[in-house]
Amino acid sequence: MAVKTQKREKGALWRDIKRNKACYGMLAPFMIFFILFTAVPVLMSLPMGFTDFDMARPPKFVGLSNFTTLFFSDKIFMRSIRVTIVFALLTGPVSYVLCFLLAWLINEMHPKLKTFFTLIFYAPSMANVYTVWKLIFSGDMNGYLNSFLIDLGIINAPVQWLTDGRYVLGVTIVVQLWISLGAGFLALRAGFQNIDRSMYEAGAIEGIRTRWQELIYIVIPSMGPQLMFAAVMQIVSSFTAGTVAQNLVGFPSTDYKAHTIMTHAFDYGWQRFEMGYASAICMILFAAMFLLNKLISKVLGKYMD
Amino acid sequence: MAEINTAKLRGSNRQAGRKYGGSVVIFLFLALLGLFMFLPIYLTVIMSIKPVEELFVFPPKLYAVRPTLDNFRDMFRVLHQNRVPFSRYVFNSIFVTVTVTVLQCVFSSMAAFVLAKCRFPGSKFINGVIVVALLYQSSVIYIMQYIVMAKLHMIDTYMALIFPAIASPMGLFLMRQSISQVPDSMIEAAKVDGAGLFRICWQIVIPNQKPALMTLIIFAFQGAWNIQTGSVVFREQYKTLPTVVTQAASSGLARAGVAMAAAVFLLIPPIVIFMLAQRQVIETMAHSGIKE
Repeated sequence: MAVKTQKREKGALWRDIKRNKACYGMLAPFMIFFILFTAVPVLMSLPMGFTDFDMARPPKFVGLSNFTTLFFSDKIFMRSIRVTIVFALLTGPVSYVLCFLLAWLINEMHPKLKTFFTLIFYAPSMANVYTVWKLIFSGDMNGYLNSFLIDLGIINAPVQWLTDGRYVLGVTIVVQLWISLGAGFLALRAGFQNIDRSMYEAGAIEGIRTRWQELIYIVIPSMGPQLMFAAVMQIVSSFTAGTVAQNLVGFPSTDYKAHTIMTHAFDYGWQRFEMGYASAICMILFAAMFLLNKLISKVLGKYMD
Repeated sequence: MAEINTAKLRGSNRQAGRKYGGSVVIFLFLALLGLFMFLPIYLTVIMSIKPVEELFVFPPKLYAVRPTLDNFRDMFRVLHQNRVPFSRYVFNSIFVTVTVTVLQCVFSSMAAFVLAKCRFPGSKFINGVIVVALLYQSSVIYIMQYIVMAKLHMIDTYMALIFPAIASPMGLFLMRQSISQVPDSMIEAAKVDGAGLFRICWQIVIPNQKPALMTLIIFAFQGAWNIQTGSVVFREQYKTLPTVVTQAASSGLARAGVAMAAAVFLLIPPIVIFMLAQRQVIETMAHSGIKE
């Protein structure tokens, strides 16, 4: 009896699949490349966290020892968790609000100014200009910031922005914020352009008089998908940040003050070639981001279809 | 009466029915913040045209006293010393960038349409997988990707540069989110008229998604243009511009001018594409008529 129902279910599923073959056909080109170059590598990397792998010899299974080491004896990992949380809390929400606020304000401008301002705010995330930031924060009198502050009489002697433990995290956060108006910002800009004109017209008839009301009652409710996209991009960029610090304040940074989890993984993976340990670090980070993403989609859920 | 009114508003650059004050304040706010945001890029451009002796004077100046193209000339001189002619790198970069951008946009749009608007066995699962793939970052992934490419004999070919960049979860996610806003009634109506999914996608849905599609083009182009050949291509004749230009510029702060020149040079194509695509995005609003 049970076998029969199973068979029937199988038949129904098969019919369902056959009925939707156009869907699979249109999905196929993307999925082929996605499976080969993203899904398969991800699946291959998952077990690595439970191994000892130095890239020269085949990986050796070591159970949970990577994770126990991480949580019980790796003091620098503990510090990197703290740095990452501080870093993500300061850059993530600020940048998210900034992305939305700027996208909205730009939308209120004349069309010709829209392109201009969008370019100005987006350009930093296109450019690779660590060299110029190094010169701005350079520790001698030639540094732009130092010479500017000396001119103003705020400081007497040059400050070692990039090597003084008190400043490295701050400097990293500033530069991260500067490049953070990226994918999320542009997606929100596109979202604003996509809001139907008739919505505004209807709103005006129903008595909406200020920009603020328009934002609350018309714009935000019709931007759910873009807000979700920007949130995901923000989680990724603020939690996996590491390149800014590595390029700017050196690696490792003074007293590990700007040492994020991703930097820690880079340290073990590409400096010490302990790939097993590095992927264990990445798995912990992934778990944290996954939970956060679940939480945010719950919050934004009411704006989604 | 109402018709005349709407026409008038469309003619002006205002959005319908809105006469809110405060635009000047907003403009000033954006301009000031924009100035701050633009400063590092401005400095990059200025330093790329500063002669060497001006690079490290005190106090540092915000402009070039005697602007010069020496840095750019230096950069190209280094590049011309390579065994492979410079035009080959240009060709490689254009070929890789155009292929990746076109394939990524076409494949992602189709897949995003299906994932956003069709329910079929596995659709929920794939939707979830895309977000997970976005969140999953690992330093081992590149090694695994390398292993896959080696198994498929793609190392040291154009394929190693192009194929991994085509299926970007971010591009798909962007399009999916945007297409999910298209009213189902529009698709149902097209189905009643006898249009197949493929036609609905390309003739009805995607033309309506200009802002998202243009944004995807910007992302795809930018990503593809910056592909560095790194560890998957070793033969000189397959290297891309960013790879060789970065090589030419990377010799510490003494070559800061050349590094700036390289940064400026590499920034030009993405900015051009950005301007072209953004103009399309903004025109969408001006001309968008009835949606439903």
